[in-house]
Amino acid sequence: MTREYPDEPADEFPRPPRTVTDREGRAVTIDPADMGDHDGVLEMYLSFDPADRAQGIPPANESAIENWLETILGDDTFNVVAHHDDSVVGHATLVPDRNGEYELAIFVLQSFQGAGIGTNLVETLLGLGQAEGLGKVWLTVERWNDPAIALYRKVGFETTTTESFEIEMSIRL
Amino acid sequence: MDILLGVGGSELSYQALEETLDRVQQTGDTLTVAIFDNEEISEEMETIRQRVEATLQETDFEAEIRELDGRSPGSALVSLAEEEGFDRIVLGGGERSTLGKIQLGSIVEFVLLNAQTPVTLIR
Repeated sequence: MTREYPDEPADEFPRPPRTVTDREGRAVTIDPADMGDHDGVLEMYLSFDPADRAQGIPPANESAIENWLETILGDDTFNVVAHHDDSVVGHATLVPDRNGEYELAIFVLQSFQGAGIGTNLVETLLGLGQAEGLGKVWLTVERWNDPAIALYRKVGFETTTTESFEIEMSIRL
Repeated sequence: MDILLGVGGSELSYQALEETLDRVQQTGDTLTVAIFDNEEISEEMETIRQRVEATLQETDFEAEIRELDGRSPGSALVSLAEEEGFDRIVLGGGERSTLGKIQLGSIVEFVLLNAQTPVTLIR
């Protein structure tokens, strides 16, 4: 099936690296990331609250997380991480699908949620995508996850299908 | 127990067929395989039938094959289960994207929400 995309490309997004202050006054830097950031990213996912998993990710145990990181930090992917005091507190990734379009996912550590970091992470990842010449980005989100859906809409994603448990959304860079 | 297994031509639906066959060989349940055209896969009905028949032959297990017509295979599956008194519907589903997110298709969702019959989802 062919995925639908907005006719108009999105405006220009900020590119990494950036430093932002979250709504709790914490300084957070957002940097491009790759396999070299593996250890810090792993650390974040090991301390992730299982209740905040979505659609089967992040996986539940360390070896499954390791396998998953091989994919999402691997060749042809684009990543940004949010650092606070040398720890990774958020991560967003773009992973190519079979059609050369990119699937987006984002995770923010529980203690840093609700402070605007997610929005900054997504915008900065899309800025990186624009710098790399990517065209089409999509995601799925659970239908009841209102905060995430609101975040994606604000950034410029449009809903494409709602006929299953997950809503699919897309954006043209 | 009379089991109704839906196969729409996705890899997960064929895996569900194999797992169900393993199980019914142990339990002695009877199995009916309902094949249908899943528009997210768009595999020919005949191709699905041949693959299901081949798998049944390999395992040397007898099961009736039924074709579900119409635009809503989920609805057809639920109706068949009710009209003919099946004890359980079995479906494969929960495709993972490259990124790793599991997505349930619209047919699986329809069956889970609308069936009066217990449903087993194999993923």
